[in-house]
Amino acid sequence: MTAGDLFLQQAINGLSLGAMYSLLALGFTLVYGIMELINFAHFNVFMVGSMIAMLVLQAFGLSGQQTILTGLPLVGVLLVGFVVSMVGCGLIGVFIERFLLRPLRNVKGPAAMITTIGVSYILFNVVLLTLGTDSKNFPNPLPPIKWEIGGAVLRMREVLIWGIALVLMGGLTYFVTYTKLGKAMRATAQDPEAARMMGVEVDKVVMSAFFLGSALAGASGMIFGLYYNLAKVDIGFAAGLRAFTAAVLGGIGNVPGAMLGGVLIGLIESGSGQVIGAAWTDVVIFGILVLVLVFRPAGLLGRLAPNKS
Amino acid sequence: MASTPLLEFKNVNTYYGDLHVLKDVNYTIGEGEIVSLLGGNACGKSTTMKTIMGVVRAATGTVTYQGQEINGLATSERVRRGIAPVLEARRLFARMSVFENLEMGAYTQPRGAQFDDDIARVYELFPRVKERRNQQAGTLSGGEQQMVAIGRALMARPKLICMDEPSMGLSPLFVELVFDTIQTINRQGVSIFMVEQNANMALSIAHRGYVLQSGAVVLSGTAAELRSNEMIKQAYLGEMEAPVA
Ligand SMILES: Nc1ncnc2c1ncn2[C@@H]1O[C@H](COP(=O)(O)OP(=O)(O)OP(=O)(O)O)[C@@H](O)[C@H]1O
Ligand SMILES: [Mg+2]
Repeated sequence: MTAGDLFLQQAINGLSLGAMYSLLALGFTLVYGIMELINFAHFNVFMVGSMIAMLVLQAFGLSGQQTILTGLPLVGVLLVGFVVSMVGCGLIGVFIERFLLRPLRNVKGPAAMITTIGVSYILFNVVLLTLGTDSKNFPNPLPPIKWEIGGAVLRMREVLIWGIALVLMGGLTYFVTYTKLGKAMRATAQDPEAARMMGVEVDKVVMSAFFLGSALAGASGMIFGLYYNLAKVDIGFAAGLRAFTAAVLGGIGNVPGAMLGGVLIGLIESGSGQVIGAAWTDVVIFGILVLVLVFRPAGLLGRLAPNKS
Repeated sequence: MASTPLLEFKNVNTYYGDLHVLKDVNYTIGEGEIVSLLGGNACGKSTTMKTIMGVVRAATGTVTYQGQEINGLATSERVRRGIAPVLEARRLFARMSVFENLEMGAYTQPRGAQFDDDIARVYELFPRVKERRNQQAGTLSGGEQQMVAIGRALMARPKLICMDEPSMGLSPLFVELVFDTIQTINRQGVSIFMVEQNANMALSIAHRGYVLQSGAVVLSGTAAELRSNEMIKQAYLGEMEAPVA
């Protein structure tokens, strides 16, 4: 491989990681944008999403990488996997909001944030006790189709991940930009009290943000499984932290910012892994984060926190 | 009063935690009236607005709208029934377009022909708003923002508009325009409850008024009565008050 090929290969890998981080970062940003809450439960909602996806694929009789599907069965199995993990995670998000966070809505201080940390550990332990700590083989039914671009390899896996991420991010952008509920979400993020006085039911908006963000974490979890061919109870922490970093890098509360931040973190991760070794990845990622925050405290695209009046 | 008032406060008390803000307050706003609420800083004017909108709840006493007690009614339902706010400092959604702000005003209303009519009416009332419809609301001048804020309230098809200091921070020309518009809207059958520090202007268009002091109503009457009241003359009409930034 030439240096150019290596660069291209890392860009391909980085974009896949980036797709995963972007989807996960959006959940942090949606919730933060609306209620200025860092939702640490999101880390492990993501992990649960990858577990759900694994169980769904296994329920179709797939295990490991032995069973290859093509055509309609492949599309069907992947679709069911994504839909079930997204809806499952979305409902977990709704449950967390409705029963654990809403009672704390008017409590000042860190109570809500601490609750999300607690929920994160509960999710972690539930999976630990039911599915164990071992690294599991995540079924991957994709046929080994690949395209050579110079010396770099583009596999079907990457194309699928990019396609899913584009559809989901496009869908979210459409939702937030053009639908009535999406506009209510933006209005609430900018000025919750004014939005309420327009007749917006803020509870509904907050719940929608949790549903959407958590559903995207579910999709991200399935992408993690397809990318690494594994599922493990502790994947939430590293991926969640990078996705959170991505959200801050792009400007937390800012939807395009989370997408951009996720892609950048993905590219940085694969690039630094190539250039100076994977062990340095976190140092590079957080180094860049610190630099960006020093020079642009609101993140690359600006933090869109509520208007203070 | 012969007919049931549109909105009525009876012995309303409100609190923020331990802070007792409104103290046994009584207001009535009749159909078709412009009622002005005067008072100095921090006396509870905005709290009155928020209590009408249901963002702050009356701890004791009753708030009645169209003859029905609405103490427990959600804000969204109040808006749906025709109470719309023009908030203090305008509070537009700064990073949404002017058009989207108007859409938010119509949040409780069905979309369709009625929406198009309402938008057309707002554009007719404020041609400037039409020109600026695709601009980010946060980039408008203060006066333009106030037009959008009033237009946004109109999009809710209100029977009652609650305005919190609509003249605040505006140039005299815009103040004039805003008060003219308030009268125009009122003539179309919308009742207006208006908080103002600009007592001169407020009493020149209001039918009646209340004076609030430390959360209690200390004076009420027709606009003419209030204008000739010695206390008002001294406290509020002596000179044009500097607009509060
Ligand atoms: N959310 C809140 N929490 C606690 N105290 C509040 C809150 N909102 C208002 N207050 C207090 O209640 C009192 C009345 O406030 P309010 O906003 O109703 O005054 P106002 O008459 O509108 O004043 P201004 O002319 O400055 O707008 C003030 O002392 C204010 O500090
Ligand atoms: Mg006020």
